[in-house]
Amino acid sequence: MHGLINRAIQSFVCTTYGQARWQQVTAAAGLGFSEFEAMLIYEDSQTTRVLDALSGELGRPPGEILEDIGTFLVSNPQMEALRRLLRFGGVTYVEFLHSLDDLPDRARLAVSDLDLPVLELREHAAGQFSLSCQPGLPGFGFVMMGILRAMADDYGALVMLEHNGVACTIPGCATQGCEVISITLIETAFAEGRSFDLGARAG
Amino acid sequence: MSGAQDLTMVLDGLCPMYVLLDDTGHIRSAGPTLTKLRPDQPIIGRRFLELFELARPRAITNMEGLLAAAGSKLHLSFRDAPRTGLKGVIVPLPSGAVVNLSFGISLLDAVQDYALTSADFSATDLAIELLYLVEAKSAAMEASRKLNTRLQGAMIAAEEQAFTDTLTGLKNRRAMDHVLARLTTRGGSFALMHLDLDYFKAVNDTMGHAAGDHVLQQVARVMVEETRDSDTIARAGGDEFVLILDRLGDRSALSGIATRLIQRLEQPISFEGKPCRISASIGIVAVPGDADAQPAQLLHQADQALYAAKHAGRACHRFFGPDLVSTLAPAVDAGPQTRSRDAAPPG
Repeated sequence: MHGLINRAIQSFVCTTYGQARWQQVTAAAGLGFSEFEAMLIYEDSQTTRVLDALSGELGRPPGEILEDIGTFLVSNPQMEALRRLLRFGGVTYVEFLHSLDDLPDRARLAVSDLDLPVLELREHAAGQFSLSCQPGLPGFGFVMMGILRAMADDYGALVMLEHNGVACTIPGCATQGCEVISITLIETAFAEGRSFDLGARAG
Repeated sequence: MSGAQDLTMVLDGLCPMYVLLDDTGHIRSAGPTLTKLRPDQPIIGRRFLELFELARPRAITNMEGLLAAAGSKLHLSFRDAPRTGLKGVIVPLPSGAVVNLSFGISLLDAVQDYALTSADFSATDLAIELLYLVEAKSAAMEASRKLNTRLQGAMIAAEEQAFTDTLTGLKNRRAMDHVLARLTTRGGSFALMHLDLDYFKAVNDTMGHAAGDHVLQQVARVMVEETRDSDTIARAGGDEFVLILDRLGDRSALSGIATRLIQRLEQPISFEGKPCRISASIGIVAVPGDADAQPAQLLHQADQALYAAKHAGRACHRFFGPDLVSTLAPAVDAGPQTRSRDAAPPG
């Protein structure tokens, strides 16, 4: 698993629950270290163990925690650079949603060895979307839920989100193993939203 | 006329930074983004070459010259501040010309200077992608830089913990402390030699540091050759060495080793064809098996014996004994060829 993903989990836990909690989690996961490096690659099992330990430590289901991580990635001031990169996707929330198809490619442009699952947005009716996350990163759909919710706030849009679980279990089906999120856009200009100045680079 | 209107409409839609020039080189219309760059002054009606300075091709002063530049890339900038640099291309029309402009590499400054938004760029323009890439690259570089800083810190820490003297390949002072601590706790006889080079500073001063380093490496080689594998040789400081000889308490054997070491070190060491002459003084402490010695105390005794050797005229060795403590007067030593550093008490 890419260090950036592990590092994101670490930042989330340290910021939200404190350094001591993170030490307990890494000890419970049997990592043997407590600092992930953003630019190194780690065993997938290490990430799984950390998430399991975190879920046990907090007494919350992993999906909820992953969604909180998604929200943290967009809304925490430490992560301003990431929020800006996502805002480059479009001027409106709908444009942003459509830009998600490019998200894995955009991520690769930034960090060439960062592989994110393929995302596909479908528009079913005006304001009715579904986003399917291809398999590869279990639970990524929950992280996307958090990101979509926080980005809606960022754009000032009002949305309802629902994680529909894994869409299809039929072997060979195109959507087999995909996580699907339903997105209902109720209002595009519900609130002020946060500003996005092209020229202001994140520090 | 409707042809010209159509053209303006197409240009407005496709090229937000175009200017349409008439046959005298005056601006007839301009794209919305270009107009936004100079909000306080009308662009329409201005002479193109009065508004912009052409850096390449050079020395173009009129419309004819401008039209002749069709087909080549124009490098230009505003004549007034902010003097944003622009790239351009000119296409002659039956009457006049169209110039399409872009920010090129000055894009980053331009979005800040003019508070541009993505609506100011054509959808097919890669400007937004370029801005995205710059930010993504900066964020990734920042993460890499942090990693490098931490790795560098870890490397320094590892070096500090290392036991090897990088110049000579001998053990360093830290390693020596470990060995001494181990031997004093373990018990059993061993000997400590404190060896200090004589006249080394003269080599360093007259022949340079490279010669000095070479001499230190040769000295290290001699000491390794003259001792057993089970002995520990450490470079304790600049030209100071400590030899720890395990299971060796016999004074005559130690005397033999010390004498041989000094003899060999006095043989000239050749550096770039020139001989470097040094010698060595050695202070020895023989630790009997039943002694209850502390490392610091042993080092101090070896130091005193070395001082006695220096005092006796250098190039010799002395044993530490009860007599040394009382008879030694503090530092007076000045042979004709000694330098200040050599005259200072060792340690």
